[in-house]
Amino acid sequence: MTTKKKPGSATGGRGLRAGGESPAQRGATARKARGDGPASTVLLVATRKGAWLIHGDAARRAWRADGPHFLGHIVNHLVLDPRNGRTLLAAAKTGHLGPTVLRSTDFGKTWQEAKKPPAFAKKADGSGRSVDHTFWLTPGHASQPGVWYAGTSPQGLFRSDDDGLTWASASAINDDPQYIAWMGTVQDGTPDGPKMHSIIVDPRDPQHLYFGMSGGGVHESRDGGRTFSLLIDGLEVVEGFPKNDPAVHDPHCIRIAPSNPDRLYQQNHCGIYRLDRPGTTWTRIGRSMPKKVGDVGFNITVHPRDADTCWVLPMDGRTVWPRTSPDGRPAVYVTRNGGKTWQRQDRGLPAEQAWWTVKRQAMSADARDPIGLYFGTTQGEIWASRDEGASWRCIARHLPEIYAVEAAELGA
Amino acid sequence: MRVLIPSPLRSYTREAWVQAQGATVGEVLDDLDRRYPGIRFRMIDEQQRMRRHLRFFVNDTQTFDLAQPLAEGDELLIVQALSGG
Repeated sequence: MTTKKKPGSATGGRGLRAGGESPAQRGATARKARGDGPASTVLLVATRKGAWLIHGDAARRAWRADGPHFLGHIVNHLVLDPRNGRTLLAAAKTGHLGPTVLRSTDFGKTWQEAKKPPAFAKKADGSGRSVDHTFWLTPGHASQPGVWYAGTSPQGLFRSDDDGLTWASASAINDDPQYIAWMGTVQDGTPDGPKMHSIIVDPRDPQHLYFGMSGGGVHESRDGGRTFSLLIDGLEVVEGFPKNDPAVHDPHCIRIAPSNPDRLYQQNHCGIYRLDRPGTTWTRIGRSMPKKVGDVGFNITVHPRDADTCWVLPMDGRTVWPRTSPDGRPAVYVTRNGGKTWQRQDRGLPAEQAWWTVKRQAMSADARDPIGLYFGTTQGEIWASRDEGASWRCIARHLPEIYAVEAAELGA
Repeated sequence: MRVLIPSPLRSYTREAWVQAQGATVGEVLDDLDRRYPGIRFRMIDEQQRMRRHLRFFVNDTQTFDLAQPLAEGDELLIVQALSGG
């Protein structure tokens, strides 16, 4: 499938170089090295009904929507390759058709479908699994241009070595009976299918990978994905389940601190955690959240230059799990000391009767100073902060249900 | 033979009716994929199962069998299921 977008409705991205930082921070570093002018931020918005690129001006005050791209497709993730600043990959399917990966090498002017999207191996005995959708996309290490990783539903890890054109299984875990048991059944997964997500490449070592499975726990590889080991010590599980069974572990979102890759943060089904490597036991830092709000949520966003600072957007995980903002009063919470204390940030957000929430891929940060924070809601609004969460403004509304928001930076 | 393409897949073919060759339903879909790369996987998964929301008719008769033989003059009609109301 090849599609062409409306002429002139998006800017072309200038090349960005990759480094050992977050994608947004890599762009900023590259711009500084080139002596480029002020950056602009673009938000890559994936929704239940298509994708949008929301362009900000240099001051991040005015925003312009470019889209929809592939209207009607269920887009779970839209990601810019920070190594070239031009290649966009979108994980897409429709309600009726099978999954695919859509790919643009000209920053969204034209799109082509991957020649060989992620797919499991065929099993002659009929026991083989089928990819329902690709859920997560992660660009590979800075030293490996063209390499991408994808996580699917049901859980599978795939890799492309040709810039997203063809995909193959990235690990023996896709066919490993033990791993498949840990992945559980459709009944054990999220309401729209069990997921592999949070694929992280250590910026210091392309062989060092992490991923999360909902359900199935947190896993780490030191050999480029060939083999993985469990990383679930210290994590809570739903009362009544055995903690030592990875199948009942549900990490919602795992992030590495760009300024200290030995630090990981995690928003889990059962709390907020931090892990400082080489340690292997997670610490529940969400216990210091206000009791009335709790520490359940889906996303977690780490400051690109300060490993002690991260943000969460709690949701109501009481009783029957409404999955709304607690009491209809949404707020971001920030810690600036690695989770010892948290502060509420809600200036500008609805004060009451706002029952949306934010999915695991739908919050991100740019690398400006002060950094910008962005999140997209289940009710199609995008909220932005230019002051690290101190105040918020709605910059887009009436979009379809938002699945992912990624902030990227373009040269002036 | 003539193949009817459902509207969600016409981004590949740009037209409703196309020509494809093959002695079975599966072979016709293989040929379609050669002509329109990627189209087959949107209809048939990696375990060679027809996707849940697509239906295949040979002339007026629905089939769930990729190995179903086709005769000269048959038409393959690919239809998006009514699932979803």
